Amino acid sequence: MTASMPAPVEVDLPSGHEDTRTDKPWLVIVWNDPINLMSYVTYVFQKLFGYSHAKATRLMLDVHHKGRAVVSSGPRERAELDVSRLHEHGLWATMEHSE
Amino acid sequence: MSSRRRFSRDRQGRVHPRLERPERELLEVVARQTQEQLAAQDAATARVHPVAYPNDPEAEAEFKAIMGEGLRDRHQRALDALAVGVGADVVEEPELHQWMEAVEVMRLVLGTELDVTEEMDAIDQLDPRAGQFALYAYLSVLQNEIVEALSASLPASRDEDDE
Repeated sequence: MTASMPAPVEVDLPSGHEDTRTDKPWLVIVWNDPINLMSYVTYVFQKLFGYSHAKATRLMLDVHHKGRAVVSSGPRERAELDVSRLHEHGLWATMEHSE
Repeated sequence: MSSRRRFSRDRQGRVHPRLERPERELLEVVARQTQEQLAAQDAATARVHPVAYPNDPEAEAEFKAIMGEGLRDRHQRALDALAVGVGADVVEEPELHQWMEAVEVMRLVLGTELDVTEEMDAIDQLDPRAGQFALYAYLSVLQNEIVEALSASLPASRDEDDE
C-alpha cells in the first residue's frame, strides 16, 4: 500500500505548522528498544533500504548505543512509507521534520 | 548450533524447516494466542503499533487512519501463515519472511508482558514466569536462525561503499 496523504485542506494552520509542507526533508528515526535483536534490526535495514551489511550494522549499533539513529530521509510521503514498513517489521520508528 | 540449523535452503532457494513436533505445536498455539491478543487490543500489544508522529497528534491520527488497519491485517496474516504452515516440510522464502514477522510480533507482545530489559540474566526457575521467559528465549533463537536463513539471499547492496 502506498503512503500518499490526503490533499491538505486550506485552513489557517497554527504558526508551528508553517513549514510542514516545505521541501526540507523528513527524518526517519529508529529508537532503541529492549526486545528487538541486533541481528534482526540489521537484517531489516538491509532488506527495506538495500543497505550493505556494513552500513546496516553501523546504523543498528547507533540505535543500540546512542538510543536512536536516522535511517532514511526524504519527502513526507516517502518518510511515512518508510516508517510504516519499519512498523510492519516491529521496529520503533518515528519521523520528524529536519530543522 | 550450526550442526542442527532449523532452516536450511536447497539449491532452488526453498527452505526446509526442521522443527520438532513440540516446537510446531507450541508455535501454533502461541501464534493463535497472539492473534487473539491483537484482536482484543490487549494492553501488551501496544508496542506492535508505535507512534509515528510523537509531537503531532493530528498528523498521528491521520497516519493511523491510513496505515493502522493495514498494519493489523499484515500481522494477523503473518501469524496465520505461521500457525497454518508451521508443519510444512518445505516453504518458499516469502512464507519464511511471514514467519519472521509472526515471530517478531510474538516477541514484541511477550517481551512487553515480561517487561524484558536488554540485560537478561539466566532464567530463575523459581520465578512463576520462568516458562514464559523460556518461551521468549526460544523465540529469540528461532528469530536469529530465520534471519540467518533469509540473509543468505539478500541482493547486493546499493551502497557499495557508503562514505
